[in-house]
Amino acid sequence: MAKKIIPYAVPMPEQDPKERIHNFNEVPLGYSPEMAIAEANRCLQCKKAPCIAGCPVAIDIPAFINLIAQGDFIAAYRKVMEKNVLPAICGRVCPQEDQCQKMCVMGVKNEPIAIGRLERFVADYAMQVGKTEVPQRLRSTGKRVAVIGSGPSGLTVAGDLAKMGHSVTLFEALHATGGVLVYGIPEFRLPKDILKKETEVLAKLGVEIQTDYVIGITEMVDELLDRYQAIFIGTGAGLPYFMNIPGENLNGVYSANEFLTRNNLMRAYLFPQWDTPIKPSRNVAVIGGGNTAMDAVRIAKRLGAENAYLIYRRSRAEMPARDEEIHHAQEEGIIFHLLENPIRIIGDEKGWVKEIELIRMELGEPDESGRRRPIPIKGSEHTLKVDTVIMAIGQGPNPLLLSTTPGLKLNKRGYIQVDPQTGATSKKGVFAGGDIVTGSATVILAMGAGRTAAKAMHEFLK
Amino acid sequence: MFKILKHAILGPQVKQLVFEAPAVARKRKPGQFVILRINESGERFPLTIADADPKAGTITIIFQEVGKSTFQLGTLKAGDAVLDIVGPLGKPTEIEKFGHVICMGGGVGVAEIYPVAMALREAGNEVTAIIGARSKDLVILEEQMRRASHKLWVTTDDGSYGYHGLVTDPLKEILNDTNKKVDRVFCIGPVPMMRAVAEATRPYGIPTIVSLNPIMVDGTGMCGACRVEVGGETKFACVDGPDFDAHQVNFDLLMKRLTIYKDQEKLSWELWKQQHGKCTKKS
Ligand SMILES: Cc1cc2nc3c(=O)[nH]c(=O)nc-3n(C[C@H](O)[C@H](O)[C@H](O)COP(=O)(O)OP(=O)(O)OC[C@H]3O[C@@H](n4cnc5c(N)ncnc54)[C@H](O)[C@@H]3O)c2cc1C
Ligand code: FES
Repeated sequence: MAKKIIPYAVPMPEQDPKERIHNFNEVPLGYSPEMAIAEANRCLQCKKAPCIAGCPVAIDIPAFINLIAQGDFIAAYRKVMEKNVLPAICGRVCPQEDQCQKMCVMGVKNEPIAIGRLERFVADYAMQVGKTEVPQRLRSTGKRVAVIGSGPSGLTVAGDLAKMGHSVTLFEALHATGGVLVYGIPEFRLPKDILKKETEVLAKLGVEIQTDYVIGITEMVDELLDRYQAIFIGTGAGLPYFMNIPGENLNGVYSANEFLTRNNLMRAYLFPQWDTPIKPSRNVAVIGGGNTAMDAVRIAKRLGAENAYLIYRRSRAEMPARDEEIHHAQEEGIIFHLLENPIRIIGDEKGWVKEIELIRMELGEPDESGRRRPIPIKGSEHTLKVDTVIMAIGQGPNPLLLSTTPGLKLNKRGYIQVDPQTGATSKKGVFAGGDIVTGSATVILAMGAGRTAAKAMHEFLK
Repeated sequence: MFKILKHAILGPQVKQLVFEAPAVARKRKPGQFVILRINESGERFPLTIADADPKAGTITIIFQEVGKSTFQLGTLKAGDAVLDIVGPLGKPTEIEKFGHVICMGGGVGVAEIYPVAMALREAGNEVTAIIGARSKDLVILEEQMRRASHKLWVTTDDGSYGYHGLVTDPLKEILNDTNKKVDRVFCIGPVPMMRAVAEATRPYGIPTIVSLNPIMVDGTGMCGACRVEVGGETKFACVDGPDFDAHQVNFDLLMKRLTIYKDQEKLSWELWKQQHGKCTKKS
């Protein structure tokens, strides 16, 4: 019997924009069991299931959705966990609209199934009822593995290899694990409690976690090779770029990394209960159009900015940020200045930001990235009164580890060169994955790269 | 957790702590620093490593109590611990046989110049040291500095001890002494002092190295909070420094950037004093 088509997805309840701009609590509130079942029932259960091909870690999507429809949420959770050990995180931050949901057959004419919301639902449900499980650990192999960096790629490698019975040490430069998940993505998008719960599994698997440990400084990769049989590098793309325009060192100009780290990792929004400060500001300009820019501008608004501007040199269509986040930003009253680009930051006599000078842009022919190249319009310069400027124009590879590891081959852009099938680098026993290989990408791609490398490392260790 | 093994008071509001930090101690070279965080709600702040003992696995930190975090650190005793210490961060000071070098320290900067002077002496340099403080009771590490140098000048602003004047006064005397060749000057102290030393040596073209102390967060090149301008270029002091060519540094910018959180720092400090009933007179 053909299934009745329900064109629209069950909406996710959200905090009212008027309220949420005054707090750091999570914006989307999650499905109730009834909502989840209703949404799961929309799924056509396609035999060919193109959605699976759209998922970088190939979760059996129709199967887990079917279990939700039957009301067996724990079984659905286990189904997801077979492929993705961080479902509460991915359900929240994956760009589903470009992945599984993009391939959804329902989505051709109607709204696709809200796969991300369902993934989040099963993970949250399992956590709530205390049914999250520590995966089985195989018999110890006696092999030692070092994982460098505790972002999604490193967490995945550490988890997978520990399950396979290897003894894993995770080295992290910061005082907390999670990489971008802990220092970059704000509380209102990914509550730190969720992150903590999902990463606690690692400790239960026997992974030794060594924070405050910078490889390339505290110890070198070559030294680790004396103690470990295999190494995974997942150090991310954490070097902030500036625009190299006049006025960038004025007081009140931040890299997005600094602004985000102060707020997310160091909880500056709780100052003075927490010690790390952030300067209150009234008019904030965030430069960029990615998730980083969107996160920064929404934090600025929550910190009390009257005007939070997002300045992007292309148009809405080219913005790399997730649709949902752009939408949330608009709801929260973020003022978008599209097709504009800063050319200089102007300070007062005490060295504080006073204004930013912008120039209007138009779109020309597509460039190497396939996006239309922005071209400045002569004579369109104008200024905007701001007291804070946040540069969210991208990140590169941090040289600390790379420059102290002889024999590690880099590509033209300065990232680690690997065999895409295995994650193997030019150095024997050393593997890499995530943003340090691809440049800034996504959580799920970093996890996928971790999974691939873990398999290859397991083979290598045999 | 990083345990405190020893706690000592070196002067009014100047304290010394010895921490158990074997990984840092193993790698540390003169000129490097750590980032420290006291407890979960604490901030991350940089402190220079004054000394390290790789065999014992310890590092020594000497600091002046200037705000909330340093005062809080000063209240910790042997047996207590801090949550985080990461390092050794920054490029080590370039140590070579230069010939005759002058090592200058002002205030708590003496604790930072001490390991540099020591290493320079061990590398075969003739070391003249000039250390300064506002008054006699604020002079620290005089004995250590005497051992690390061939000749030591102690200056006090108020003349209560040693040479009455600023550290730049004996420096100028030496620079003017045509019998004395100076091959390199190293200086660590408050920004106005480092700037004054840079200006004093500039006309003589003597290579002069200063160690900069901007605001930092991660200390690994990830945030750019520590931006300084050297020779017209932006540098991240935590990874490109902290040592830079004094004649190229934009001290004006450094001074301004150091004031970014002045109001918040004051508030934080006032609150802490209220909560801890600590009475502290300005010395
Ligand atoms: C603000 C922001 C928002 C984002 N939003 C999204 C989103 O909504 N959805 C999405 O899919 N993606 C998003 N991304 C991208 C995504 O977070 C990254 O692609 C992903 O985290 C990369 O994972 P990774 O494991 O490669 O590295 P990272 O997450 O960058 O982690 C690297 C870790 O390695 C540590 N490290 C670095 N060097 C060393 C060293 N020498 N020694 C020891 N440790 C070291 C770092 O401290 C860090 O903890 C966002 C990125 C940012 C910055
Ligand atoms: S302190 Fe963050 S880059 Fe230097």
